[in-house]
Amino acid sequence: MTGPELLSSLSKLFGSRILERSEFRGETTFVIEKSDIREVAKYCRDELSFDYLLDISSVDNFGSEPRFEVVYELYSMTMAVHLRLKLRISEDDPTVDTVSDIWPTANWHEREIWDMMGLRFNDHPDLRRILMWEGYPYFPLRKEFPLEGLPSEMPDVAFTSIAPMEGGPFVTQPSTATTKDREPRAHPPREE
Amino acid sequence: MQKAATKKTLPAAYDSKIEGNVIFTRLDAAMNWMRKNSLWPMPMGLACCAIELMATASARFDIARFGAEVMRFSPRQCDVMIVAGTVTYKMALAVKRIYEQMPEPKWVIAMGACASSGGMYRSYAVLQGIDQLLPVDVYISGCPPRPEALIEGLMKLQAKISGEHSFISQKQDLVDRVKALG
Repeated sequence: MTGPELLSSLSKLFGSRILERSEFRGETTFVIEKSDIREVAKYCRDELSFDYLLDISSVDNFGSEPRFEVVYELYSMTMAVHLRLKLRISEDDPTVDTVSDIWPTANWHEREIWDMMGLRFNDHPDLRRILMWEGYPYFPLRKEFPLEGLPSEMPDVAFTSIAPMEGGPFVTQPSTATTKDREPRAHPPREE
Repeated sequence: MQKAATKKTLPAAYDSKIEGNVIFTRLDAAMNWMRKNSLWPMPMGLACCAIELMATASARFDIARFGAEVMRFSPRQCDVMIVAGTVTYKMALAVKRIYEQMPEPKWVIAMGACASSGGMYRSYAVLQGIDQLLPVDVYISGCPPRPEALIEGLMKLQAKISGEHSFISQKQDLVDRVKALG
């Protein structure tokens, strides 16, 4: 079976349950129903030889509905074929079924998505935050979260405060000068 | 005869037999001299600055020339904490705890833009300068600073130490503690 046959057999089997299929620069993307992800994932791994989960990422389409997307990048080691699966997640029910029992590497990817985007994964064996600390009240990759951060306080654990976005001793200015001249320095200002 | 000898303002009783074996100096100067030439660093390597810190310690730059080659990974044995790298909020209180475990007297070098001011990380995750938590003695600019810059920072710190009133402040510290006990 070749790569295109592999992918068409997937679309044949799941036919109507595939919401959208798109090709871009030789990359194939299937948009599927959220409830189908475990079934499709198992089929991809066991029957279509997609034995390698490269990455899971999440997208926040702030202002449109459904707001979130979860993107699975699959790769077949034996056939050298890529496949991208996308789920659309509504803000009202920001949960997804875990695939961490199908590809163990999904464990930490799903923890990262929970930490950064706030999407919960059903039946995940260990759904803790992975970068921020337990108890941090925000999800920093959501679009409404400001880049400079928001103040938070957990005594003896951690605190955060708002970062200054301009000014300060080490801020560089955009310019056409060479890197050597733009390099931030802490020399005292020359006396006029 | 004896009376005349005591009246004389000799620097001290000069005796060629003990020349070179006895040195007269101020207590402060002696303490500072000993401290500044044997600074044991706590390598708080948190990001790429730590690579330059390692280069500073290695043969080409050789921080041992300045008596600061004894990197200790136990804060209990350290004099100067070199905060080398980006201090995230998650790490910030750990850095503070390690600083508090270091015995007095202790100093802090903020190495590089990130440790000094957050550097290019104007973001929710990064502490905007370790001086928000610790008293910093020397800031070193650069991203990351070259080993020469770190060595110059160390020399600046040595100059600062040699000007300290170590004995007086130690006594004052003791008095304050006794007073605090009541």
